[in-house]
Amino acid sequence: MTTRISARFTDLAAAGRPGLVTFITAGDPDFATSLALLKALPAAGADVIELGVPFTDPMADGPAIQAAGLRALKAGQTLAKTLDLVRAFRDGDGVTPIVLMGYFNPIYVYGVPRFLADAKAAGVDGLIVVDLPPEEDDELCLPALAAGLDFIRLATPTTDDGRLPAVLAQTAGFVYYVSITGITGSATPDADLVSAAVARIKRHTDLPVAVGFGVRTPEQAAAIAKGADGVVVGSALVEAVRASLDENGAATSRTVADVETLVRQLADAVRGVRRGAA
Amino acid sequence: MTVPNSFRTGPDERGHFGNHGGRFVAETLMPLILRLEAAYEAAKVDPAFKAEMDFHLAHYVGRPSPLYFAERLTEHLGGAKIYLKREELNHTGSHKVNNVLGQILLARRMGKQRIIAETGAGQHGVATATLCARFGLECVVYMGAVDVERQKPNVFRMNMLGATVIPVTSGSRTLKDAMNEALRDWVTNVHDTFYCIGTVAGPHPYPSMVRDFQSIIGKETRAQLLEAEGRGPDSLIAAVGGGSNAMGLFHEFLDDPEVEIFGVEAAGHGISSGQHAASITGGRPGVLHGNRTYLLMDGDGQIAEAHSISAGLDYPGIGPEHSYLHDVGRVTYLPCTDQEALAGFQLLSKLEGIIPALECAHAVGKVMELAPTKPQDHLMVMNLSGRGDKDIFTVADHLGGQL
Repeated sequence: MTTRISARFTDLAAAGRPGLVTFITAGDPDFATSLALLKALPAAGADVIELGVPFTDPMADGPAIQAAGLRALKAGQTLAKTLDLVRAFRDGDGVTPIVLMGYFNPIYVYGVPRFLADAKAAGVDGLIVVDLPPEEDDELCLPALAAGLDFIRLATPTTDDGRLPAVLAQTAGFVYYVSITGITGSATPDADLVSAAVARIKRHTDLPVAVGFGVRTPEQAAAIAKGADGVVVGSALVEAVRASLDENGAATSRTVADVETLVRQLADAVRGVRRGAA
Repeated sequence: MTVPNSFRTGPDERGHFGNHGGRFVAETLMPLILRLEAAYEAAKVDPAFKAEMDFHLAHYVGRPSPLYFAERLTEHLGGAKIYLKREELNHTGSHKVNNVLGQILLARRMGKQRIIAETGAGQHGVATATLCARFGLECVVYMGAVDVERQKPNVFRMNMLGATVIPVTSGSRTLKDAMNEALRDWVTNVHDTFYCIGTVAGPHPYPSMVRDFQSIIGKETRAQLLEAEGRGPDSLIAAVGGGSNAMGLFHEFLDDPEVEIFGVEAAGHGISSGQHAASITGGRPGVLHGNRTYLLMDGDGQIAEAHSISAGLDYPGIGPEHSYLHDVGRVTYLPCTDQEALAGFQLLSKLEGIIPALECAHAVGKVMELAPTKPQDHLMVMNLSGRGDKDIFTVADHLGGQL
């Protein structure tokens, strides 16, 4: 089945360039601004959108994304409203892939079958659920694949060759390579090590590999993108959201513009990278 | 749910206790968790590991801990004959050391030099700092900033023992957030770090491993009561936060159908107030910190802030095996409010000359309720899991400085 995700990576490969995957947190700093941000991302150069689902206890996230989630929750964001956000985005954009990224508990509490039906109907293309390793595939991965949603697995520096086949077995859409052992937005990945790791993963799969965790600047994004099919930037974008807010934490006229500018700079850097035909 | 032939067979090979448990962790941690499981399975059947445990339990921890007949408390309540399992007499002043010793010896077998831990009341942090000092290991303890404030004596003890205490300012700044921060440290330092979890929760194999290390409490109790009374107990009672002291006492007796078992949850200002830490009484199944279990949360699956006068019980979840034992009806979980715990704290201090930790003061609070309803030949064993020196400031605050 051709999904928006595979169609997008096919197009990127044909164009001979890596993709830019942008992460923002749904509902940060409020629903309306979040929707405006979402709508601005594709034109600014985002090839794939990761939409963070706020959770009170994001164990794999650093301070920037933790804070973004708390801002969103404070503004009343819920999983149901996140699906509303995707639905509203899909009104004007039928091609940009949207991947929800978060933790299992809100989905579990929403109810897995109902969530999968509602997410599919809203226009979600894929799921990244940080706390569901292959050992827990029965919970969401297998039902998601059956429902026609890509389940995008995280591979990490600790995922050795012995374990990679299990991690890749039920992965669809793309593989998300976590470039560091650590939390989001912390250490800076080493581009050479990342490139070698991506090559190692590609020996086991034909899926595209996107790399994230710790990529902040256009220069870093370009360096990482040289060795990957896509590069993910998250903490730097939610940090730009935070920096644009007024003293009460409310959005300002700068919020969307500042994020757009950063995405454009990242996209320019990533699009400058040429890749051989895959 | 059908009642199984045995309540002691769990977990299954994937770490499930009925619907609960499991391994809900980031991929970065998964290879290490599998290695930890393999290392623990090997250690469990290695006579050298058992001998090392036994030696340190006897000579360093000071086991066995006494099973003490609380004569004046029994007389005062006028019902069941009450025995206290004196875990507060262990080195470091609580049951926590039983588990920490096991995990530190395992960390040494795995060649890990850096130990991290989360702590609420500080009892687990003190035990971890102590064993790290004893074996020359680096020790980092994550503790909610709120708990750092209300458990100052334990922070001082940890510092004295050479540990680094990191106050956690994210979220509700209590035990749940300390555990988040410890997990973030672990995922960052996965190559050289061993995460010493303090309770029967977290991803498999922690819930069963911690239970196994604590089960010495129940095993000793059976032998000691047999010696004192010529028979086993009629009821067991223990406070439950994550639930390690309770599981340590209960596990030995789960398949003795004549033994009534009570877990006591912290009901804070009362269940109806919404300000409590009673995950079973007031929560629903969800997924947090590596396992599925009963959790306090809102309708969107966002974790709620727990409340308890006791920092050690101030957690919105509970170990998955407790959730299972509740589902199958083997253990009865009772809520105990801050006020009832304070009453227990004072009563035990005045009648028996034992100042209990606020955690197990919750169990005392329910003993006060249950014991009078039982006949005088009823043998009730309460786990006195920790001593209360650390809590005197909190209690004095609540009693208006009367101490």
